Amino acid sequence: MSTPNELTKTAGAFDIRNVIGALLGIFGIILALVGIIGFTPDEAARTGGIDANLWTGIGLILTAAVFFIWARMRPIRIVDEDAGE
Amino acid sequence: MDDIRLDAQWIDYLLIAIYFVFVLGIGWFAKRGISSSIEFLLSGRSLPAWVTALAFVSANLGAVEIMGMSATGAQYGMPTMHYFWIGAVPAMLFLGVVMMPFYYGSKVRSVPEFMRRRFGTGAHLVNALSFAIAQILIAGVNLFLLGTIVNRLLGWPLWLALVVAAAIVLSYITLGGLTAAIYNEVLQFFVIVAALLPLTIIGLNRVGGWDGLVERVSNDGMLGAEQLSSWPGEQLSGFSNPVLSVIGIVFGLGFVLSFGYWTTNFVEVQRAMASKSINAARLTPILGAFPKMLIPFIVVVPGMIAAVLVTQLTQFKQISMTVDEATAQAQTGVTYNDALLLLMREVLPNGLLGIAIAGLLAAFMAGMAANISAFNTVFSYDLWQQYVVKDREDDYYLKVGRYATVGACVVAIFTALIAGNFSNLMDYLQTLFGFFNAPLFATFILGMFWKRMTATAGWVGLVGGTLSAVAVFILSETGVFDLPGQGAAFLAASTAFVVDIVLSVIVTYQTTPKPAAELRGLVYSETPKADFADANEPTPPIWKRPVPVAGVALVLVIILNVTFG
Repeated sequence: MSTPNELTKTAGAFDIRNVIGALLGIFGIILALVGIIGFTPDEAARTGGIDANLWTGIGLILTAAVFFIWARMRPIRIVDEDAGE
Repeated sequence: MDDIRLDAQWIDYLLIAIYFVFVLGIGWFAKRGISSSIEFLLSGRSLPAWVTALAFVSANLGAVEIMGMSATGAQYGMPTMHYFWIGAVPAMLFLGVVMMPFYYGSKVRSVPEFMRRRFGTGAHLVNALSFAIAQILIAGVNLFLLGTIVNRLLGWPLWLALVVAAAIVLSYITLGGLTAAIYNEVLQFFVIVAALLPLTIIGLNRVGGWDGLVERVSNDGMLGAEQLSSWPGEQLSGFSNPVLSVIGIVFGLGFVLSFGYWTTNFVEVQRAMASKSINAARLTPILGAFPKMLIPFIVVVPGMIAAVLVTQLTQFKQISMTVDEATAQAQTGVTYNDALLLLMREVLPNGLLGIAIAGLLAAFMAGMAANISAFNTVFSYDLWQQYVVKDREDDYYLKVGRYATVGACVVAIFTALIAGNFSNLMDYLQTLFGFFNAPLFATFILGMFWKRMTATAGWVGLVGGTLSAVAVFILSETGVFDLPGQGAAFLAASTAFVVDIVLSVIVTYQTTPKPAAELRGLVYSETPKADFADANEPTPPIWKRPVPVAGVALVLVIILNVTFG
């Protein structure tokens, strides 16, 4: 996202916000699927009737989205010292 | 102890495995940025404030904290909140507002190095050695707790759990240094919240919401409604008089113990030193205060829920109130420390259970990783470079840092094995190292604001203060006087603090102070205001300035104290 004449580069995939987003996103998708496919009466008894996996999954997916959007809106710019020499 | 085998399924193992791929991946990626010792040991001072703030909180959100605080929550209820609202937040704000400019502005690379610049090698050696030894020891204790949990949850043999956990921590820190440790701490923070927040909500749902919890706790036939308000907290402080209890908590826990811990402990301060500017360094503990004051709601509250929801734990509590804890444990097979695990087993479905186990393993490893990453910095810069091999090129010290990490992990495995066999010994040693904190705070704060204070006063105060704390501790252990609960620890720390100040003042007037020119950046009156601000950077907007943000945090913590008082 940096233009060639700037002495900066973006952190890209290793921006920690993308890493957090990726992990929480994967967790969220898996949990949501488990919640949709495997919600059993036994689980309902444990949680008091909530499909906990599904709701946590949705929450995690939304949180992941926030991190991706944040990283996209405000990329980290690192001053590239090599380019200046 | 009995097994609390959680019924983990393949889906849980899958989630745990994914998490560990990320943990190791971070170490591998962080490796690309490392070409000097300062990048390895201090992340090249480049991280934004929100990252270091979350790492600051996570470095302390280890095994002892999560299991211990939910255990105390199960036992005493809301008074446990003091460990966060009184025992952490004010000291964190003080660190950011008052002390961080000295640490960051003087460009020292560690807390002991500040000690050396201000007071010379006497105080430095005391501080650096005691810190390095304490870190290895605590890393071993953290590792042992991790091994025990893996052993009890998943049934792995203890030695295997120890070696695997140490190998994982070792590989990501040797590869990625402090950056890997910090990034993993930030990731760990979110995994822990992702595990504990649903646990709390589902737990509350099972007991009939907040009102249901209040009703059940007030009618538990034991401590009852006393557990629902944080003040005056007589059960926690061990003082039966409510006024003494409040004084004990505010001064003992809130002032002497917590200021000593939060403001001089390099494990914490190192996270702030890794940030990119003096403003970000000051914001690190201040921004960290916000999650810190909310964490007890997902740590202490689950403990309280477990105590009324899980039959085994309720029985344990009843027997330990009427007879004693040992009998209760023998009859029920659980202790308060199992509160969180018992609640997880009771309410979490498979899937969420995997995330919860990953979160707990993460917390245990992060605790150890924080100790190791602080240890290798102090070892490389403060012990090796200062006293053993001086004046070598930087590559050499980068290597020393990596070898120190390997050495520390190996020693930690052995410490963990010792901890398994002599648990009381480890408790005593941990208490002992705790005694270094109170006099350290006294020496630092005096040294930062009193330019006359001399080098000799620095180390005499430290040694004298620590010894007096040890003396108080021994007297109370041998029964010369009897203080219940946390009373003895509060008294030991307070004595150490006072003795340190008195000795420092007396010795200072008998010895010659350092010339004022050498104190720039180290003592308040000798440092130009400009040294405490970032050069070449515009004044940040008000919501990014340390003092106003700290003010908001202070108001919030007061509101919390009033609401749940």
